Amino acid sequence: MKDLTIDVEQVARRYGRRWALADVSFQVPPATVMMVAGRNGAGKSTLFRVLSTAIRPDRGRATVGGFDVVRHREDVRKLTAILSHANYLYEALTAKENLFIVADHLGIRRDGVMGVLEQVNLASRAEDAVSTFSAGMRKRLSFARILLQEPRFVLLDEPYGALDPPGFDLVDEVILELKRRGTTILMATHQWERSARLSDVALVLDQGRVIWQGPASEALEHEPHAQRAAILSTAAGGAR
Amino acid sequence: MLAAALRKELLLQWRTRGQMMAVLVFGATALLLFSFAIGPDASALRTFSAGFLWLGLLLSSTLTLAESFHSEMENRALEGLLLLPSDPRALYYGKAIANWLQLTLLGIALVPVMVVLYDAGTTQLLKLLGIIILGAAGLSAPGTLYAGMTAQLKAKQMLLPLLLFPLIVPALLASVKATSLVILGDPMDQLNAWITLLAAFDLIYWSMCGLLYGRVIEE
Repeated sequence: MKDLTIDVEQVARRYGRRWALADVSFQVPPATVMMVAGRNGAGKSTLFRVLSTAIRPDRGRATVGGFDVVRHREDVRKLTAILSHANYLYEALTAKENLFIVADHLGIRRDGVMGVLEQVNLASRAEDAVSTFSAGMRKRLSFARILLQEPRFVLLDEPYGALDPPGFDLVDEVILELKRRGTTILMATHQWERSARLSDVALVLDQGRVIWQGPASEALEHEPHAQRAAILSTAAGGAR
Repeated sequence: MLAAALRKELLLQWRTRGQMMAVLVFGATALLLFSFAIGPDASALRTFSAGFLWLGLLLSSTLTLAESFHSEMENRALEGLLLLPSDPRALYYGKAIANWLQLTLLGIALVPVMVVLYDAGTTQLLKLLGIIILGAAGLSAPGTLYAGMTAQLKAKQMLLPLLLFPLIVPALLASVKATSLVILGDPMDQLNAWITLLAAFDLIYWSMCGLLYGRVIEE
């Protein structure tokens, strides 16, 4: 039985001359929800792309479920699903056809497709082309894609982005459902308070470096941008 | 996995079938322009008809091959498939077979245009069909590889023909010669030699490009 943790050791990755990740190290125990906080450009998406094997690290070593993200890419991919900024959808195809493609490539039956579409409240739009979908609906469909994969590790990059309030609740439900199944989840979001409630642990990145890690309940005290946002939010509330 | 990849490609091609008509018009226009270059010399037109047919198909192929990666890059759908995980070779062969089919249909559709414009008819239609199938295979295998390689680049429209054209010269030459022998006659019985050469290059392209595809589309 392989180790079901995520283990990141001194991982660094650069784009041109700029280091997007600089010697990042952390561990995520099994069946844990980790919130990854940090302002834009902190390195969250790059970290997720390294862990999903979409890109390779320039330095360091990362394992997912005991498999090295460079040497055992296929094994990592079998265990992992990512919700990325790109939604991985074919615009010309319908919602159902997009999920059929995923099911066919995973070698699973197509029967489950309508079930996951219902789970993300898109069953009524199953026959519509993705090109007619709003950004929020595309996000929901991307979630359906993840649910179909039934992964052991899920990387959620801005899961609340482009969603309406019912969509926020849907994401929370999906995360809780995945948590119940024992899935390890890494979640990068600017919805700090909401994310902190769902997470067990937190990691704060700044300019590609880990500046804090610990219990999710304490994360807001250590994320500089979150602090400012919370102060502004409080001030706005006071003004009303 | 290959069946899944091919099914996806054919579905995408069906959904964007309007573009195929545009490419056909482009190919037919190219054949018409070639006839202007030769002038009203019927004998010369007939002599060069095979070359013009394959040049028309080659130019059209750069459009269809590049377009076959448009939907893959739009939302990084190809990356999504690779991360599922999918076997890059299955993805490659699915796309290459779909492109092969499309180019074969395009080649067949351009034959009547060639006959009308250049008075280059033949009774050996089955042989001509066989050459078009083999020639289209010679264009689609390396074409799919290079279209995948250049799909993420800004200068993809310039780079694809720049990389593809030198590589497919042997297959193009064999296709032109074989087609020419079918149209103009084959007194020296050379047709089989050219078809064998074309098939051999197809075999090399299809085996090598499938192996290389995973390396060129993944970081």
